[in-house]
Amino acid sequence: MAHIVASFDVELQNLSALIIEMGATVGQQIEDAAEAFRTRSVVTAKKVIAADKAVDAMQLQIEERVIAMIAKRQPLAIDLRETIATLKIATDLERMGDLAKNNAKRIMAMTAPLQPSSAGVNLDLLSKRAHNQLSRVMLAYARRDKELARQVWESDGEIDTLHTSLFRELLTYMMEDPRSIGHCTHLLFCAKNLERTGDHATNIAENIHYIVTGEFLSGDRPKGPNPANFKPDAS
Amino acid sequence: MSANILSAEQALDPRAAKVVSAPSPERVAIRNLNFYYGTSRALKDINLPLYANRVTAFIGPSGCGKSTLLRVLNRMYDLYPNQRAEGEVLLDGDNILAPSMDLNLLRARVGMVFQKPTPFPMSIYDNIAFGIGLYEKLSKAEMTVRVEQALTRAALWGEVKDKLTASGQSLSGGQQQRLCIARTVAIKPEVILLDEPCSALDPLSTARIEELIEELKVDYTIAIVTHNMQQASRTSDHTAFMYLGELVEFGPTGKTFTNPVNKRTQDYITGRFG
Repeated sequence: MAHIVASFDVELQNLSALIIEMGATVGQQIEDAAEAFRTRSVVTAKKVIAADKAVDAMQLQIEERVIAMIAKRQPLAIDLRETIATLKIATDLERMGDLAKNNAKRIMAMTAPLQPSSAGVNLDLLSKRAHNQLSRVMLAYARRDKELARQVWESDGEIDTLHTSLFRELLTYMMEDPRSIGHCTHLLFCAKNLERTGDHATNIAENIHYIVTGEFLSGDRPKGPNPANFKPDAS
Repeated sequence: MSANILSAEQALDPRAAKVVSAPSPERVAIRNLNFYYGTSRALKDINLPLYANRVTAFIGPSGCGKSTLLRVLNRMYDLYPNQRAEGEVLLDGDNILAPSMDLNLLRARVGMVFQKPTPFPMSIYDNIAFGIGLYEKLSKAEMTVRVEQALTRAALWGEVKDKLTASGQSLSGGQQQRLCIARTVAIKPEVILLDEPCSALDPLSTARIEELIEELKVDYTIAIVTHNMQQASRTSDHTAFMYLGELVEFGPTGKTFTNPVNKRTQDYITGRFG
């Protein structure tokens, strides 16, 4: 049912539209960063970095609108959940944009061919997974679909597994050939950034669930193995 | 101006936490209550508790029955012909709807403050002393103490202590409303009913009344009718949403205003009604 004050509906719709636009921009950043990595294109990497300014500006705009809305409308119930969750989602998207930008910078720093050349294959896969999580969670947001949000939340474990496997792979390369340490260190950070991108997607999923149900997603999120548990002295 | 930040002592005061978290007994139990204006049924099978030392807010569109319900709680309706209530309203176990109920005593136990301040056309002192005199025989000295206590309790003493002989009607609207609250607490009721107590007041006077409600619930059980959603969410522990004479939803205020159970409640508090 629409609000009696129609302009309130318009404000809420505009806020949603801005979040979706922000999600699309961040999604493009992640795709472009992957493309820059595959093609070693400095131009594409710079595009990722430039897009971050737009993402930051959108976050600021969303914050200003939410603050104005709280002051002006004093939202309650579903409206309160919408406005607060939107503010939090914007923060997660902004962080995802920062992570893509950081990856772009690292890609620009890696000028020589990869050692070994296969080192990038799984990073590309990880990037696709992270992008897929963002795409699905933005679809869940657009539809206010708590089931899809839950699916995104539950499938983050796959990213963790991939990240841990990549971590081990890169470690092996570094042990085999110390000349690969430079590249592999950058790749480790890139992988970590993508793993964090997945975590932000799950945060967004939690916020969508809260908007729709008024309740926080409960229970332990399925998690894959964590490289933090890696024991370098064990073997 | 004092800051709204708890001092370390206040923050660590176990009594402060106790008031918030301790489970509270039912002071009033409304059971299967129906109310009629002639043949028109204004309240339909209402079942509701009012918890001791808690504030319960009644919200709902005009004509939903919330003020009618408040008027049942001290049998104000008895003053009018053709109005009757059926069911039970238990105050500490006594059915106040029973014909044998002493109405004067009931209204001493259940005080009421109205939308528009209604000071008596007499001095500030007499506004308070008049009600006490109906129920108790006190010496002049004792009465003076009681008047000061009541005015202090209603956060008005500081503003009127030097003009107690001035007319109650010479005060500002906000002060008049606090005078009415002082008059109510002076006779030591158990329950205080507030029927839109701030609707005629400016924001500062409203804030003072809300602060007062917070202080008064330490000693009293409070029911407030308000059209201001923010006021209901700020002042109350429980909220009852009424519509067309029915109780649609009753629950903890925090839950009602963030995640109400009933769609009609949500539509009303978010301004989507009608």
